[in-house]
Parts: sequence; structure tokens; C-alpha cells
Amino acid sequence: MTVAVSAAPATTARGAGKPSRRRSLVWLGLTPFALYVVLFLAIPAVLAVGSGFFDSTGAFTFANLKAFADPNIQSDFFSSFWVSALTAIIGAILGAIICFALLGTKPDGFLRTIVDSASSVLAQFGGLMLAFAFIATIGTQGLITVWLSQTFGLTANVFNNFNNGGPLLYQIPGLVIPYLYFQVPLMVLTFMPAMEGLKATWGEANATLGGTRVTYWTRIAMPILAPAFFGSVILLFANSFSSYATAAALIDQGGIVPLDIKQQLTSETVVGVSNVAGVLALGMVVIMILLMTAYSALQRRASRWQR
Amino acid sequence: MSASRYGAEPSRVTRTVILSIVGAVFLIPLLALLQFSLRIGQPDASGVQTFGTQHYLDIFNPAFESTYDPLFTGLGNSLVICAITVLIVLVLLLPTMILVELKFPRYRRILEFVCIIPITIPAVVLVVGFIPIYSVVAQVFGSTPWTLAFAIGVIVLPYAYRPIAANLAGVDVVTLSEAARSLGASWTDVITRVIVPNLRRGILSSVFITIAVVLGEYTIASFLSQNTFQTALALIQQTDPYVAAIFALFALLVAFALLVLIGRLGSVGRKRRSS
Repeated sequence: MTVAVSAAPATTARGAGKPSRRRSLVWLGLTPFALYVVLFLAIPAVLAVGSGFFDSTGAFTFANLKAFADPNIQSDFFSSFWVSALTAIIGAILGAIICFALLGTKPDGFLRTIVDSASSVLAQFGGLMLAFAFIATIGTQGLITVWLSQTFGLTANVFNNFNNGGPLLYQIPGLVIPYLYFQVPLMVLTFMPAMEGLKATWGEANATLGGTRVTYWTRIAMPILAPAFFGSVILLFANSFSSYATAAALIDQGGIVPLDIKQQLTSETVVGVSNVAGVLALGMVVIMILLMTAYSALQRRASRWQR
Repeated sequence: MSASRYGAEPSRVTRTVILSIVGAVFLIPLLALLQFSLRIGQPDASGVQTFGTQHYLDIFNPAFESTYDPLFTGLGNSLVICAITVLIVLVLLLPTMILVELKFPRYRRILEFVCIIPITIPAVVLVVGFIPIYSVVAQVFGSTPWTLAFAIGVIVLPYAYRPIAANLAGVDVVTLSEAARSLGASWTDVITRVIVPNLRRGILSSVFITIAVVLGEYTIASFLSQNTFQTALALIQQTDPYVAAIFALFALLVAFALLVLIGRLGSVGRKRRSS
């Protein structure tokens, strides 16, 4: 699970402390947190990514990177990609529509509190429990599955036999549905500030110049919102790409990269080189860094209009 | 209103229609979870399902105590991890943030960067590195669930950082502390009686979010094979999916209530300031 990173808080250069003899003592105040971050963030991150470069005897090697040539691993990266891309695009569009519907409501009113809280719960907390909810909804005995077969006589519907591979929910394409239930809320959380940045005066200016609501959206609002929208799409992609709990509760084997990491850690067999979990971790981090760089670039562009 | 609309706002009808559809679609899985938890046995030959509160009562039935024991142990472990993680936020993160704001404003950017790194490095990647770390941690403290708090504390950083940072940006702590110092307050007084009370809202929000994230954390506990609320839920789902459904529903509602509380706290604070 990831969280939306909104624009950086205002940074002003006030109160730059003068050097003093107590300076070193103050420095000491920063060490506990620094030590904690080094021990439990820096070292694990380096170990995770670095472990891919060592063979079973502990010698440095690039040979493990051959794992990326393995057709199973390639196809799982591909699955991760298309599930993430699909849920990011659909999630972003649906989320943007919800943000649009929420425009003009009081930001600290009752409705927004409910929507924001429900969005946070689903986007950041749901994971495993969303998987349970969907087992109860479109699993073999799920509410909708049973309803379809009883009310419409569809005993073999899309939910209990998809592509002749058993219940949809327990296959990779089935992940799209529960994933949307945390992608759409994440979009609402990340895109709402951009939507609220639309100034009423722009609408008035458009009307004064003879524009219609259509020209307002196509010529003003959409171009202004575009960087924020694509930034959110990237964030949603990253969120889906790195999420583990929902998939783990639904699918026992591998199929997407996070599940492969679990599989490689419990049984190192399939690929024939050592530390494949580390190699996969490296692959994920490289992709995440690319995504986050693109995200922060787009976010910088978007924040021009949010002042 | 509808005649003079020229901005981005939707009409009341459009808003109601969109939000009702979305609300309904998002409620379906939760209602299905509720309906599932109320099912008794399989449907009979004609497909009629009986419903009742049997599974809810089972939780308190001493006869099933051994079945549900791991779940309550896991919940207990998660609450201990919650407490320690909140402590990490309050004792490590918060003082560092205040110190950086007061004495090292140049490092604010670096601190922010560090605190959002855990978003870029997925939990499922970090655990690959946590496994060797925790073989050392286990030698020092033993392989006990509470040690997970160190790892989860890192995952929580981005969530805990933002509310406090937002609060800090709105309060001029430098001027406040200088005023307090010039009036003769000790540094302890400045922190406990001036700065922390001003950051109350941000601190509370980040504590609540921390609690919600810890209770919902599954990846790390699962990879490090510790019994927490989520891993116990995953386990009991295999043997008694009904009880898993009840607890999942309950957890979602508690998290929702916590976050509504944050929202209301925030708006109450804003109203007070603007009036």
C-alpha cells in the first residue's frame, strides 16, 4: 500500500540558526532518528536490491540478472504492468469523475469528511480485507455470483468460470476488480487538491469572452489539470504495481512480481540462479524510481496552478 | 444557480447522480461481506440460504476458543506493535521534525525526502532486506512480534510525516520558541508547553493514521512469519471464513471511524482558528 505524496509543504528559509557552541549538542539530537532510518530503511533497502548481485557462495556476480531473461519472469512482469496500467487508467478516470462531482462541496463539510475517510480506509488500509469482501461478492459462493445463477439461471457466469480457468477472482485478470476499489479512492485523495485549484474567476473569464461550458472544460480546465491527472495516473500505477496483500489473499501461485518475490523467498527453484528475490526487488525498485521521477516532474508542473 | 453556472462546478442533480452510483457500487462488496458473515451453512437443495447471528455468537463461545485464539493473540500483538510504532513516531520522528524546523531548516527537504522514500520502495521489496536484518534482531530481542514495530515504523513514516509537516508549515515555531525563550522559558517548557500544544492536531492525525496503517499491515508480518491481526485473519480465512469476514468488516469500520474522527478534529481546529 502506498499513500499519495502531495506537493511539498511550504519551505521558507526562516530562522536559520546561528552557529553556537551548543551546535554539536543539537546535532546529537538528530542522531537517534538518523540511526533508526539507517538501520531499518537504508540497510534493508541496500540489502534487498544488492542481494541480487551475489551468488549462493556470497561472491559478487551479474549472472543472477539472467533471471530477467526467464520467460516466466518476463510474463509476470508483463502481467504486473498491464494490471497496473489498466487499473491506473480506469481508476484515474473514475476518480476524476468523483472529484468533479465533489467540486463545490465544503472541504470540511460532512460529505467530504465521509468521502475522504472512506477513501483513506480503502486506499491505505483495505488490502487483505478487500480481498475477503470480493470473495464474498464475486467468489464462487459470492453474493453476485449466486444471484446471477439463481435469478438469471446463469450457472456458468463470468465470475465462477472465466476463460475456462475457474473463478475469475482467483486469476490475474480478476485482480482488476478488487484493485479498482483501492485505486479509485487513491485517485480521489490525490486529484482533489488539483481539482480544487480551478479558480472560479477562470470560469467567469471564459463566460465573459463568450465561451461555453464545453470550451471551459476543453480549453481551460483540462489543459490545466492534465499534468496533475497524468501524475496521479503514474502514482496509481506505482500503487498497484507494488501492492501485495490483496493478490496474496486471492492467488496462491505467482503471476505478478510481488507474488513471485514471496515464491522465490520460500522456494528458490524455478529460475536456476540464486537470489532471484533480490533480482526481482531490483527490477521493481528501478521501475518505481523511474515512475516516481516522472511523478515528481509532473507534480512540479501541476503545482504551478495550485497556489 | 443552474442558469448562471459557468465554472467547473457540477449541478446538484449531476452531483447527486454520480455520488449515489459511486456510493452504491462501493457499498456492494461491504454489504456482501456483511451478508456472508450472517450466512448459516450452505444453501439447501432449492437454493435457499438461512441467515442468523450464529457466527457472531461463536466468537464468544468457549467451545471454539482454541479456533479463534490465534486471532485474539494476533490482535493483541498488533495493538502492542501499534503502541510501539506510535512511540517511534512521537519519540523519534516528532522531535527530529521540531529540531529540524528550529535549528536546521536547510535539512527540511532531506528529512522530507527520507520520510517519503518508503513509498518508492514497496514493502514487498523492503522485506527482502528485512529478512537478514531480522535474523540479527531475533538474536538480540528474540523472535517476538513486537520487534516488527521497527520495520512497520519505517512503512508508517510517509503517513505520519505529512500531517505533522502540514501543521508545522502553518505554525511559526521559530518565533514562538524565541518568544517563549525571551520570556524565560526553558527548552523543555518551550517544547512541551508551547510547540507540542500548537502541533496537537497534526500529531493526533499522524497517531491515528499510524494506528490504522499498523492494524492493516500484512506484507511485513507475513514475510517475517509473525502472528499479527492481518496474518491471523489470513490464516483463519482458510478455516472459518465467516469469522474472518466479521473481523474484516469490524476492522474496516473501526479504521473508518478513526479517520472520520481525524477529519472532524481537523475541521473543528480550522473553524476555531478562523473565528
